[in-house]
Amino acid sequence: MAKVLMKGNEAIGAAAINAGCKYFFGYPITPQNELPEYMSKEMPNNDGVFLQAESEVAAINMVYGAAGAGARVMTSSSSPGIALKQEGITYIAGAELPCVIVNIVRGGPGLGGIQPAQSDYNQVTRGGGNGDYKLLCYAPANLQEMVDLIQESFDAADYYRNPVMVVGDGMIGQMMEPIEFKKVESTRTLPEKNWATIGTGGTRKPNIINSLALDPQELEYHNHKLQRKYAEMKEKEVRFENYNMENAEVVIVAYGTTSRIAKNAIKALKEEGVNVGLIRPITLWPYPEKAFDEIPADCKSVLTVEMSEGQMIDDVRLSVNGKFPVDFYGRSGGMIPTPEAIADKVKEIIGGAK
Amino acid sequence: MAVVFEKTTGLVPGKETHYCPGCTHGIIHRLVGEVLVELGVLDKAVGVAPVGCSVLAYEYFNCDMHEASHGRAPAVATGIKRVLPENVVFTYQGDGDLASIGTAEIVHAAHRGEKITTIFVNNAIYGMTGGQMAPTTLIGQKATTAPLGRTVEHSGMPLKVSEMFATIHGAAFIERVSVDSAPNIRKAKKAIKEAFQCQLDGKGFSMVEVLSTCPTNWGLTPVDSLKWLKENMMPYYPLGNFRRPGEDE
Repeated sequence: MAKVLMKGNEAIGAAAINAGCKYFFGYPITPQNELPEYMSKEMPNNDGVFLQAESEVAAINMVYGAAGAGARVMTSSSSPGIALKQEGITYIAGAELPCVIVNIVRGGPGLGGIQPAQSDYNQVTRGGGNGDYKLLCYAPANLQEMVDLIQESFDAADYYRNPVMVVGDGMIGQMMEPIEFKKVESTRTLPEKNWATIGTGGTRKPNIINSLALDPQELEYHNHKLQRKYAEMKEKEVRFENYNMENAEVVIVAYGTTSRIAKNAIKALKEEGVNVGLIRPITLWPYPEKAFDEIPADCKSVLTVEMSEGQMIDDVRLSVNGKFPVDFYGRSGGMIPTPEAIADKVKEIIGGAK
Repeated sequence: MAVVFEKTTGLVPGKETHYCPGCTHGIIHRLVGEVLVELGVLDKAVGVAPVGCSVLAYEYFNCDMHEASHGRAPAVATGIKRVLPENVVFTYQGDGDLASIGTAEIVHAAHRGEKITTIFVNNAIYGMTGGQMAPTTLIGQKATTAPLGRTVEHSGMPLKVSEMFATIHGAAFIERVSVDSAPNIRKAKKAIKEAFQCQLDGKGFSMVEVLSTCPTNWGLTPVDSLKWLKENMMPYYPLGNFRRPGEDE
């Protein structure tokens, strides 16, 4: 298929429809509005339903209902809206239902701003809602990867019976890039949704979708079952890209669009004779700890670069586990780091280490 | 011998409920179960349980059930119904769930004319959590968070949900009933049946508000509770129909 030039938010919608998503429940919030707008236009043409809910809370609970009824369903929002959805997300995770949630991250805290940010890292990787649960969380760096991961997200959600979150910063949502919509055959054997609440048809006992367990032992067993599922995700779903790691003096860790800016900095530094590597997590959870095994033994620093005041850095420290110094460079509030600023930070580290 | 009464198959056979002695939730459950069977829709029904006293309703109704978070049952039911437009989808909610934390969800489900049926059980108190004040608690009525009794100055007047819904265009059927006496129970069943029929006919949102008792948290015997409901709740929450399909404001 030929490449088409599309805006990120609309490409997500097209990819979701391609992946068989039939239901979309949304609520307006900048900078993701083009996605629900696209869905309101395209869903009816694709035998699907778009519904604008009265709030993010209602939208995620509509997703909860539709997922329980066995549908491929999606919602999207941006940071403060995702905070509101956390109630529903923990119920969906607890009840073990599949769905895909898109978070086009903007600056915070509070109402924050509407410009790109990565300050939702903790909100998306640490649950955000109550209880011991995890979301499989993808962070694509360009629109082609975003589109490819949307299909993967629906399959993974169905396979694990777990919500999957796709995280893009505001740039991913707003930028235009050429995209090829490939027909991807699922690599997973997806289980039958025999648990769905679609009416008994008089042929079976009632199905119950639920996250309540008043017996503490029963709830602990349920938690153990969830943990086994998360362990399987950790084993099978980790994705990352390591770039220019050989003989790297400094290794940058960055995800999403920040990783692209970091690559520009790395190329500029190479021309100046400074060799810098990049670890780019594609899954934010499970975190690609094994990517850090490739850091050269004489690496001077692992530099975390984020569009936040430092959130992923905690996972970087856990992955480095004291073997290398960890440094940080971040911009927040919608400010975007420049390649020059990242290069200067690298030079400052190298200079300081001499 | 002639069979004069049979337990409805609309409720899970042999399942005992956790409801307190004298609580009228059991009667309301039975009426809903009977209606689902009599309309022949039990096997295509999907119910949504609330948070509150009827949180375990998913164990009692003999059909597919989905447990929602507090107040969100109408949103969950919306999701189900949009996926399964041919099925019968209902929520069963108390007054804390529906009239307090879930006002946005229930108002907008009605406003959209969502083709679901809501059974709204109003007993003027939070039962499950131990007798706190609800938006529906009467003036002067004592609650654990209104130890001297509710006052207008502090908490406003009790919320009249059915009257409010009578102004919403998408709400096709709205009726308030009571289960304090045999005649009223018969009327309640008739209203519940009409509400589900409204959904089957695709007319829009339907809701039956059922005045119910809470002997435990009211601190009354079951018999005195029925009397209290009649003497105190019914004058403020008058029984009757507020909307039928075809009627407009």
